[in-house]
Amino acid sequence: MYLTKEELHNALVERHGADIQQKLDRASVGIAGLGGLGSNIAVHLARLGVGRLVLVDFDTVEVSNLNRQHYTMKEIGVPKTLALLEQLEAINPYLQYEPHTERIIPTNAARLFADCDVVCEAFDRADQKAMLTETLLERLPDTPIVSGSGMAGYGSANLMRTERRFGHLYVCGDGISDIADGIGLMAPRVALCAAQQATMVLRLLLGQTEP
Amino acid sequence: MRINGEDYTGSPGMTIQQLLQQRGHDPQRVAVEKNGQIVPRARFAEEELHADDVLEIVQFVGGG
Repeated sequence: MYLTKEELHNALVERHGADIQQKLDRASVGIAGLGGLGSNIAVHLARLGVGRLVLVDFDTVEVSNLNRQHYTMKEIGVPKTLALLEQLEAINPYLQYEPHTERIIPTNAARLFADCDVVCEAFDRADQKAMLTETLLERLPDTPIVSGSGMAGYGSANLMRTERRFGHLYVCGDGISDIADGIGLMAPRVALCAAQQATMVLRLLLGQTEP
Repeated sequence: MRINGEDYTGSPGMTIQQLLQQRGHDPQRVAVEKNGQIVPRARFAEEELHADDVLEIVQFVGGG
C-alpha cells in the first residue's frame, strides 16, 4: 500500500493534532552520528514527521553494529547515511532528508548544522561528544544540543534521565555507564537514551525548554 | 568559586587545565562553561580562574 503525501499527513494530524503537526512540519533537526543513538533518533523523528532531517555519519554498517543500531544484515557494508535514508523513506517519503557522508570535525560542524532548530549529539566516543558540544555551543550559540551520555550495560532504566546543562545543552542518559570501563552497549538502554533524546527534541520544537 | 552549583575552593590564578586535573577530569572528555560562556579546549591551559567565577563542567562518557 502506498499513501499520498496528503493521506500520510492527515494520519499524522489525526494522531498529533493540527497545531503540533504544523510545528513539526516546519522543523529542522540535525543528527550527528548515525550509530545506536542516531539511527534510533532518526526513526523517531521521521515517525513524528519532522520536516527536515540532516543526517551525518562517515561510517558504513558493520556486523558489530547489529546488536543495537537500527540496521539489518543486508545493509552491512552500506554507508549508514544511505542505509538509514532508505528506511526513513519507507516510513515517510515526503520529509526532506539531507544525508552527509562525512566525518564531523570542528571546521565543518557549524556549516552542516547551521539551519537546524536542534542538533542531536549521537556520537560513540566521549572525546567526540565533547568536541561537538564545544564547537556547536561556540559557533551556533542559539541552537540547542541534545546529547547522550551514559547508556552502556543493563543497569536500571530508571537511572536514565534528561538534564539541562549550560543554557542550551541537554544531556540524556545515566551520565556514568562508560564503554571505557568495559561495559558493553546493549540495545534496550541505547534505544532508551535515543528515545529520551528524541523526546527532548520534540519538547524543544514545541516550545518546552525544560527536560 | 562555584562549580556545578557547589562551592569549590581552588588556588588563586589556577587554570582550567589545572582545575580539571585536580578534580580528576580528562580534558578531552569535558565541556566547560565559565560565567555563561563556553571555553574552547584550546584555552583550558591559559584560562585563569578567580574566586567569583561560576563554572559548569559536563563530563561525557563513551557509548552511542
